Amino acid sequence: MTHVSLTVNGAHHQADVEPRTLLVYFLREQLGLTGTNVGCDTSSCGSCTVHLDGESVKSCTLLAVQADGREVTTIEAVATDGELSPLQESFHRHHGLQCGYCTPGMIMAASSFLKENPSPTEEEVREALEGNLCRCTGYQNIVESILDAAGQTSGARA
Amino acid sequence: MVSTERFIGQPVLRKEDPDLLTGQARYIDDWTMPGMVWMAMVRPPYVHATIEAVDTTAAAAMPGVVGVFTADDLDLGALPFVWPITEDIKVPVHYALTKDKIRFAGDAVAVVVAASREQAIDAAEAVSVRATVLPAITDIEEAAADGATLIHEDLGTNVTVHWVHGGAGDQGVFDTAPVIVTERYIQPRLIPNAIEPRGCLAYGVQSMGEYTLVSSTQIPHIVKVTLSGVTGIAEQKLRVIAPDVGGGFGSKLNVYAEEALALGLAKKLGVPVKWIEGRGENYVGTIHGRGVLHDVTLAADKDGKLIGMKFVELADMGAYYQLLTPGIPELGGWVYMGPYDPQTYWYEFRGVLTNTTPTDAYRGAGRPEATYVVERAMDALARKVGKDPAEVRRINLHPPFDEATPFICGLSVDSGNFEPLLDKALELVDYDAMRAEQRTRRDRGDVKQLGIGITTYIEMCGLAPSNILGALRYAAGGWDGATIECLPLGEVILKTGTSPHGQGHETSWAQIVADGLGVDPDKVTVLHGDTMITPLGMDTYGSRSLSVGGVAIHYAMEKVKEKARTIAAHELEVSEDDLDWSDGSFRVKGAPDKARTIPEIALSAWHAHALPDGVEPSLHATAVYDPKNFTWPSGAHACVVEVDTETGHTDILRYVAVDDCGTVINPMIVEGQVHGGVAQGVAEALYEEAIYDDLGNLMTSSMTQYLIPSAMEIPHMITDNSQETPSSTNPLGVKGIGEAGTIASPPTVINAVVDALSHLGVTDVGKPASPERVWRAIREAKGALA
Amino acid sequence: MIPAAFDYARAGSVEEAISLLGSNEDAKVLAGGHSLLPAMRLRIARPAMLVDIGRMSDLSYVREDGDRIAIGALTRHHDLANSEALEQLCPIVAFTAAQIGDPQVRHMGTIGGSVAHGDPASDLPSVLLALDAEFTAQGPAGSRTIAADAFFTSLFETALAPNEVLTEIRVPKATAGWSYLKFQRRAQDWAVVGVAAVRSNGGVHVGLTNMGLTPMRAAGVEAAVLAGSDPAAAAAHADEGTAPPSDSFGSDEYRRELVKVLVRRALVEAME
Repeated sequence: MTHVSLTVNGAHHQADVEPRTLLVYFLREQLGLTGTNVGCDTSSCGSCTVHLDGESVKSCTLLAVQADGREVTTIEAVATDGELSPLQESFHRHHGLQCGYCTPGMIMAASSFLKENPSPTEEEVREALEGNLCRCTGYQNIVESILDAAGQTSGARA
Repeated sequence: MVSTERFIGQPVLRKEDPDLLTGQARYIDDWTMPGMVWMAMVRPPYVHATIEAVDTTAAAAMPGVVGVFTADDLDLGALPFVWPITEDIKVPVHYALTKDKIRFAGDAVAVVVAASREQAIDAAEAVSVRATVLPAITDIEEAAADGATLIHEDLGTNVTVHWVHGGAGDQGVFDTAPVIVTERYIQPRLIPNAIEPRGCLAYGVQSMGEYTLVSSTQIPHIVKVTLSGVTGIAEQKLRVIAPDVGGGFGSKLNVYAEEALALGLAKKLGVPVKWIEGRGENYVGTIHGRGVLHDVTLAADKDGKLIGMKFVELADMGAYYQLLTPGIPELGGWVYMGPYDPQTYWYEFRGVLTNTTPTDAYRGAGRPEATYVVERAMDALARKVGKDPAEVRRINLHPPFDEATPFICGLSVDSGNFEPLLDKALELVDYDAMRAEQRTRRDRGDVKQLGIGITTYIEMCGLAPSNILGALRYAAGGWDGATIECLPLGEVILKTGTSPHGQGHETSWAQIVADGLGVDPDKVTVLHGDTMITPLGMDTYGSRSLSVGGVAIHYAMEKVKEKARTIAAHELEVSEDDLDWSDGSFRVKGAPDKARTIPEIALSAWHAHALPDGVEPSLHATAVYDPKNFTWPSGAHACVVEVDTETGHTDILRYVAVDDCGTVINPMIVEGQVHGGVAQGVAEALYEEAIYDDLGNLMTSSMTQYLIPSAMEIPHMITDNSQETPSSTNPLGVKGIGEAGTIASPPTVINAVVDALSHLGVTDVGKPASPERVWRAIREAKGALA
Repeated sequence: MIPAAFDYARAGSVEEAISLLGSNEDAKVLAGGHSLLPAMRLRIARPAMLVDIGRMSDLSYVREDGDRIAIGALTRHHDLANSEALEQLCPIVAFTAAQIGDPQVRHMGTIGGSVAHGDPASDLPSVLLALDAEFTAQGPAGSRTIAADAFFTSLFETALAPNEVLTEIRVPKATAGWSYLKFQRRAQDWAVVGVAAVRSNGGVHVGLTNMGLTPMRAAGVEAAVLAGSDPAAAAAHADEGTAPPSDSFGSDEYRRELVKVLVRRALVEAME
């Protein structure tokens, strides 16, 4: 077992973990933060995206010990006091989700991206989502949701 | 009919969203229970092998292991297969754990139960299996050939089913017609890839014999009745819950070994047993789709007017039948005429066993396979008669009709008006301008050539009239149920037999109830996916939810309103005939201010202080609806692609989907279904296929090799659902939209790719049109021309 | 899936890492983990011990160093892609880093981890080959410099000894013409084939991604360019000496043709 001490959604946590514990299972099973989902074995789908020190990472490809001493933010901390964030609200308004399984990862990937690029084009939004797979929406309304949250408008890429 | 439509047709935002957006949803892996143990499947690294010995001793001694179990340790019946489509079908016996042979990579020989997920996986690796490797067959033609290694020796053949539609019209036309087009099309296997893998949690009370299975399934009701049989748990003591489910696409329209095993182990061990699928397991253990080969013959006159259409199919069943396996090609067997009007029809298929994962329903289930070959062949016909593909379709479209009309496939189509859909698609894709641009590029000899693809289609939804299912030898009915309970404080509960997993039923169904009962959608709570709460249901698949389950809501509301009318008449001291239903109230004719709303009547019915004689307290009703016919959505899709003739890479520049799904309840949700369906079809056309190596191993064994497209690959789509030709099948006029995009888009895209290269002599590129396939097609065409 | 169990040690310094690596012959270095952890989750890789060097912030930098640019081995792809120094002095590295994986991967994956993994399908190695980069490795006996053309020895194998740690990569300033063309199926995928072209001393250096067991230089192309061939003629030599894989992304036959197209296009772009 290895001792870890980290901040998750603003709260400090300490625990002993097996070194092989993936961050996503630490969050889900030890902290009960089940909003972050697991969709693959290969860092392909992005459902498990969280923020590590404010940047998007795939928590299934990160050992919990790698997050020791760092700050993790998950989907559970995005809404405040029951109020959806503007990005979440935009997903709701534009029907940017269907089954919802990829949605936490999409929100976390998009919010990290918008910090780096607050006024993106449609092409840039699509590129920012290259590591997040969705099987329901065809992405169009997800892209629309993110653009609108950033105050941008979309159009056909062609 | 609904008298006032305030919410039907409106893009009401989804009630489902808040918990999904905030991480509060509860998918199966979020469920946990005190004392819970974990199950892991032992799938040895073989594709086809005779089992000599399974040694579990090392695994049983591993840390945390509760037990290791083989088939002999568990008293489980064979897994359910419910669609023996012919009398002489040969049905492979399929157990949750195999004893004699491993027949595909997903076959498990044992399960490990351990205290933690990690311990279960570690111990599963420690089970050793001694086996004799047999030749593996993954190719259907090879498996169908005489002398092929048998997957199931006891059946004596790999060709286990032959279904003949029987045809219609003069079959001689395929020899005598002025124009004959013969084509062969291959459609590879696809892996459904719901982003949430499967999983389940089984628990219960041994002393009571009562068990609950929480499973990431589309079909809790069907799981309940079938697993009662498999496990021996009495049906009334088995409860199945579908929690939040992260997508299905047909892959969760099944009853799986792991569900039976988890229940069997919960029963044996008396503790909650949980299993969560890894993605690698999903690729071998969860059903695949497609995997078919068609020989197509079209007979036409010299103008390209269809005379006859004939399709002979070889379909890959995989190593066993899952729930519906051979029924999937048969479902397609009713739509090979497309929206066209030939006088002769023939369809037959042979189902072939191979050493691969069983195939079953994958979004569209038989209809995409059919539509692909029809629409590819229509382009071949256009080339043969030297006409524009849009024109050849136009002259063949069935004329408009608004009542059920017999089609050559032998079923009656509910309604249709096809030509305006084609016109709209051509307009939105800017067809003439794109053709002009195509000519310019061809004249210049550009490296990047333009192609335009078109599909006009019809599909069959609303599964299904129970009598037809019976005639087709399906073991269950096709009805669905709805219960409406009007609570005393003005809220309404709807219990639906549909089981949504992303389709937004909580919202759309609330819209139907809101308009029907004159309440706000926010006052309507939709309960679903729990066989104890909503026992009357047949679940969600095949675009059936709205056109069956949604219509059941309508009839339940009719019953509620009939009773409400009696109560209202009594309270308003008029006869029932003197009441109108308008603006969400029963109103006295000529004195509309004298009125009662449903919530008011619900309160009266609840306190029951002064109900009319013979009227029971409580305002509630249940309806079970069995459709009289299928529903038949239709549409026209068009797309423009740019193909790099040096690398074979294809970009979609424009995609247009014009779909007529009858009455639209929520246009926002309909558009979302079209987007997702088209994306899955584009994936099928350009990216996805299950590829096996010579030893029968799946090469595309993870999401890094199996190419699910991202937002970078899926184009912006232009959708139009403004044509709403009401279905004549049901009073709501609804048809269904869940699969249309997946049905129409693969041929649209492939037709466009072929069209981009047709001047080079290319007539086929294969599916998916990978860069290498396109590159080879160009090279071969050049070779042929040289 | 979850990795098989292993021991874990975090190294506070390169010296400590070297000593830990020497203590266990089955030990592997963990940097960002984005090459190693996926293989461990599938249990294709099962190291007995991970030596985590990810916290040595002094190994994350991009700085001008005379006529070269020094890049710390733990510099993340994200930081390479956004490095102003690289953008101005060696833009092909910044451009290529932005093509790797996806944003989440680039937030964790490091240049050193990517290079030391020795994957011929990775993008940066062929670029570094074309740039004649130098690799600094530190071992028990001190530091040594390895030239790029001696670094990649075989499939997933490099010139690094088991107890050596890659600490720095040095590239020349390269602001003349360049191109990196990554042909891929999906944006997040590895290259089916990738081609790096960098103008240098009147010629063009060409590096190839995923055309053999290692990233490699297209020597025949380079010689043809020096001899005055135009891009189309030079590109005809692109598959000489290669041994491309056949896999679900493409056959070796296809890759041999594809690389010629891409080399021609990359030469044109680099020579513009």
